[in-house]
Amino acid sequence: MKSPIYVVDGARTPFLKAKTGPGPGPFSASDLATQAGRALLLRQPFAPQDLDEVILGCAAPSPDETNIGRLVALRLGCGHQVPGWTVMRNCASGMQAIDSAIVNIQAGRSELVLAGGVDALSRAPLLYADAMVRWFAAMMQMRTMGQKLGHFLKLKPSALFSPVIGLMKGLTDPMVGLLMGQTAENLAWKFGLTRQQMDEFSVQSHQRALAGRAAGHFDEIVPLVDASGAIYAVDDGVRDDASLAGMAKPKPFFDKKYGNITAANSSQITDGAAWVVLASEAAVARWNLQPLGRIVDSQWAGLDPALMGLGPVHASTPILRRNDLTLADIDYWELNEAFAAQVLACQAAWQDDAYCREQLGLPGALGALDDRRLNVDGGAVSIGHPVGASGTRIVLHLLHVLRREKAKRGIATICIGGGLGGAMLVEAC
Amino acid sequence: MKHWQIERDENALVWATLDRAGESTNALSAEVLAEFRELLDQLDQAPPKGLIIRSGKAAGFIAGADIQEFTQLDSAEKGRALIARGWDLFNRLAAVAYPTLALVRGHCLGGGLELSLACRYLLAVDEPGTKFGLPEVMLGIFPGWGGMLRLPQRIGPAAALDLMLTGKTLDAKRAKRMGLADEAVPPRVMTAAARLLVQSGQPRRKLPLLQRLLNGPLKSVVANGARKQVAKKARPEHYPAPYAIIDLWAKHQGNALAAPEVLDRIINSATARNLVRVFFLQERLKGFGKASDFKALRVHVIGAGTMGGDIAAWCVLRGMTVSLQDQNLERIAPALQRAHALFTRRLREPLRVREAFDRLIPDASGDGVAHADVVIEAIFENVAAKHALFRALEPRMKPDAVLATNTSSLRLEELRGVLQRPERLVGIHFFNPVAMMPLVEVVAAEGADPAMVQAACAFVRQIDKLPLPVKSTPGFLVNAVLAPYMLAAMRAVDAGVTPEAVDEAMLAFGMPMGPIELVDTVGLDIALAAGQQLAGGVEPPQCLLALVEKQQLGKKSGQGFYRWADGKPQKVDASGTALAKVGAGRTAIPDGLAESLVKPLIERTAKLVADGVVADAELADAGVIFGTGFAPFTGGPLKYLSDR
Repeated sequence: MKSPIYVVDGARTPFLKAKTGPGPGPFSASDLATQAGRALLLRQPFAPQDLDEVILGCAAPSPDETNIGRLVALRLGCGHQVPGWTVMRNCASGMQAIDSAIVNIQAGRSELVLAGGVDALSRAPLLYADAMVRWFAAMMQMRTMGQKLGHFLKLKPSALFSPVIGLMKGLTDPMVGLLMGQTAENLAWKFGLTRQQMDEFSVQSHQRALAGRAAGHFDEIVPLVDASGAIYAVDDGVRDDASLAGMAKPKPFFDKKYGNITAANSSQITDGAAWVVLASEAAVARWNLQPLGRIVDSQWAGLDPALMGLGPVHASTPILRRNDLTLADIDYWELNEAFAAQVLACQAAWQDDAYCREQLGLPGALGALDDRRLNVDGGAVSIGHPVGASGTRIVLHLLHVLRREKAKRGIATICIGGGLGGAMLVEAC
Repeated sequence: MKHWQIERDENALVWATLDRAGESTNALSAEVLAEFRELLDQLDQAPPKGLIIRSGKAAGFIAGADIQEFTQLDSAEKGRALIARGWDLFNRLAAVAYPTLALVRGHCLGGGLELSLACRYLLAVDEPGTKFGLPEVMLGIFPGWGGMLRLPQRIGPAAALDLMLTGKTLDAKRAKRMGLADEAVPPRVMTAAARLLVQSGQPRRKLPLLQRLLNGPLKSVVANGARKQVAKKARPEHYPAPYAIIDLWAKHQGNALAAPEVLDRIINSATARNLVRVFFLQERLKGFGKASDFKALRVHVIGAGTMGGDIAAWCVLRGMTVSLQDQNLERIAPALQRAHALFTRRLREPLRVREAFDRLIPDASGDGVAHADVVIEAIFENVAAKHALFRALEPRMKPDAVLATNTSSLRLEELRGVLQRPERLVGIHFFNPVAMMPLVEVVAAEGADPAMVQAACAFVRQIDKLPLPVKSTPGFLVNAVLAPYMLAAMRAVDAGVTPEAVDEAMLAFGMPMGPIELVDTVGLDIALAAGQQLAGGVEPPQCLLALVEKQQLGKKSGQGFYRWADGKPQKVDASGTALAKVGAGRTAIPDGLAESLVKPLIERTAKLVADGVVADAELADAGVIFGTGFAPFTGGPLKYLSDR
C-alpha cells in the first residue's frame, strides 16, 4: 500500500443468536452499532466530531434504517458534519467498510475513519409473496364497496399465510438459485468432505471460543444494556456442551435427508456489530494514537457463485504472491467460518494440485494451512455470523491474536455469497 | 408603539407582534395592555380582514402578567383595578367583529393564554417549547382575565379546572387534541396557516353536549368533585386560591369582579404575597447561574447508585452527553433502566427517547473522564475511597473541567487534600429524588476557586435546577436545618406522641411530608448517622435507637416507624384502624406541637444565616423551601418567624 493504514482500536458487541428462527431480537442493527461505537469512541483521545467519516457495512438493513451508516454516525454524536455511509458486499460488508476507508485515506480524503459492520438478522423481515402484493395493488384500484367486496372474495388464504422469509431470500444466490448451504454442499462433494469432519471442526470451534473466553481473549466485546437494564455480555451461541454426539443429531438442513450440512455445523444466525478506527500516519501523530496494527494489503476476488465458499482461497492467494509469502509465513489466520465444510474445503483446495493449477494459476498445490494457526479462538460456527459484522470482527480479532502471541503477520479472509472472496493482510504494531 | 409592532399586509390582515421593549420575554404589563387597547381603538376605526397576534421574542409567546406589578398591590382598589384591566380588555377583544387569531410559538401562560382564549382562533406551533397553562394558582391567585370563563367553555370544565387548579401545562399536540388549539402545525407553515385560518370563517369546534351540561346546569357536580380533589392536596387555610377558582367558575361565570369580597381576600392574602415572594426568590437563585458563561456538553458521573444514576439521567434529559461510571456494568445497568423510564415518561416520542438513551453511556472503565466538562463524584461516603478516586481522576481530567462532589456529610476541605489543585473542588449537592427536587446546593470550601464555583452554578442552571451557594459546613443549609427538626419530632415520639400525630401536626402546619415519614423515607440508619454528625453530640432519640437495633430501617426495609406497603406508610389511628386519609381531626395532636417542632428548624436557619453559611435570610428561605418543601405559603422559615 502506498501509505500506511493504522488500526487504532476496535470494539464489537457480543454476537446474539436469533433464538427461535427469525424473530426480532432485543436490539436493532443501529442500536448494536451505536452501543459498541460509543464505548469505542469514549476511550479515544479525539471526539466523535473529529472523525472524517463513518462507514458501516450492512447486508440486510431494515426498512426503517436506510443508510444505517449515517444514522449511526448521528446516534454516536458525530454531529451533522461528519458524513456517514453504508456499504454492502454481502458477508464481507464489514470488510468492505474497512477497504473503503483505506481507499479514502490513501486518496487523502480522510485521515480518521470509523469503519465497521453490522446486521440484526433476527430482525430480517417477513415479506408478502408476489401474489399477495398483486392482490393489494388491485385492491387500491377498486372504487366502490361492491368492487372491494368482490375483490375480497378473490383473496387466497394460501397467499396471505405464506410470507416469504426475507432472510432466506438474502441467503439464496440470485444467479444460480442455491441456498448458501447448498453451495457448501457442493464444496463437500467436490473435496470429499464427510459429516464427521465437519462436526469435528464445529465442536473444536465451540471449544476454542470457550477457551478464549475463559482466557479473557474477547476484551474486544462491549456488553450491551437494553432499556430494562438487562445486560448482554457474551456471544450467546457458544455452547459449553458441544460434542460429536450432539453434532450428529441435527438433520441436514439444506439438502434435506441426503446432505451433510446441518444448522450445527454452519455459522449461526446472529445479531451483532463490530468497529475499528482507522487512521493515517498523520492522524496517528496528531492525536498521539497507539495503534494495534497496520493493514498491509487487501484483495477482492471472484469465482463461481456455486462454489462461493472458496472465496478466501481466491482472495488470499494473490496477496501471498504479491508479498512473496507462503502459507506458513502467515503467523495467524482468521478465515470466516460460514460453514465448517467451507473452511475445510479452503484448506483442501490449497492442497489440491489440480485446483491450484487450474483455478489459481499456481504451478502446483500451495500446501497445508496449519490448523493451530487458524481461527484460534473459534469462529462463526460458534461465535455467530451477523453477516455485515463478521468482516470487521475477524480483522479486529486477528490483530488482538497477533499482539497477544507476539506474532507479526496475519490474514483475515472471508467468503462472500454471490461468488466472491475478500482478504486483508495485517501486521501487529 | 413601544411594545407592539403593527403591520397591515396586502390582504388587509393586521399582524400585531408583541416585542416587549427591554425584556427578553413578553409579559402583559400595564403598559403593554394599554398599547393593546390603543391598537383595538385604531382597528375599530379601520377594521381589518383579520387580526393575528404573535410574539417577536425567540423565548416564547407570552409568559403571563407582569408579576412585578403584583408586589405593588397595597390596597383593595389596586387589586380590583388590576383584574379589571385584563378582564375588560379581553372581553372587548372577544367581541370584535373581525376574526382574530393567536399564533402561539413557545410558552403561552397565564395572561398570555387568557389573551389567546379571547381570540376566535388559537394556532399552536408544534415544537417542544410550546406550552399552554394557567399557573396563577401557584402564585396564590386566580386567572382573573377571562381564563376561568373561557377555558371551561373551550375544553370543558373538568379539563379546565385540572389545568387551573394544578398549574400544569399542555404541549401543542395535547392542546390540539383537547380542543384548546384549533390546529398544531410545524413552524415552517405557521405563517401560511395563520393567514388561511384567520380568514377561513371556520366555526369553533363546539363542546360535546355532556361538557356543555357540565359547564351549565351540572356545574355544582363538577365543583363538588373538584373541591374534594383539591382538599387532598391543599388546605383552604393555607391555599385559598384553588377553592376560590372553583367558586368563581361555579357561581360567578369566572368573573372575579362579580365577587369583590373573594377578589380582595385572595389578591391581598398573605399566601399570595408569600408565593409571589417565593417566585422572586426563585428568580434570584436562577441569577447565580449568570455569573459565568461556562457551558457543559459532556458530564461524567462516578457512582451509579440512586443519586449518581439519577443525576446522570437528569443531565442527559437536559441535553448533555453523560458517561456513568461504577465498579462494573451490573451496578450501572439498573440506573440505565431507571433513566429509560424517566426518558419515556418525559419525552414520550420514541425517537427522542432513543436519542436520549444513546447519550447515557455506561462507562465502567471511566473513559469519559477525559472528555468531561463536569465530573461529579457520587460514590459512597468514605474519605479514603473518595481520595483514591480523586487521585485517579485529576490527571485524566481536562484542566478547565469542574470537579464536583455530591457528598452530604464529608468535609470538602478534607476530600480535596489529595488534589494537585485543591481549589478546583466544589460541592454540587443534589436532593433525592433528583428529577423532582428543584434545589441544588453549590458548596464552596474556604479558598475555593471562585471561577469554579460560578461555573458550577452555571452548570446547575444549565440542567434547569436552582443553585444555592453555601459554605462548606456540616449539612450545608438543607440537611443542617432538617436535622434538629427531625430530632425534635422523634423526641416527641419518645415523649409518647404517636408518629401519626407528629406527622399530622406538621402536615397541618403545611409541610409536604411529616417528619417521621421523612425519617422512614431517608432511612433510619442514615438519619441516625446524620443526626450524630449534625446534632452536636446529643443523645439520639430512644425510638430511633430501638428501631435501628431491630434493623427496622424504614421504607427500604419495609418497616420503620411505620409499616410500609406498596411504597406507602400504613398509618393508623389510636384504635389501630387504618387512617384512610390524613387529617379530619382523627388523631389527637397535643397543643402547640407543630410550633415546638418547627422552632429548632427556624432557629437553626437563623443561625446559619448569622454564621454566613448562606448569604442572607431571603436565600435561606428559598433554600429551605426548594430543598425541603417547607410550607411555601409561609414564605419560608425566617419570613414565617418575622410575620408571627
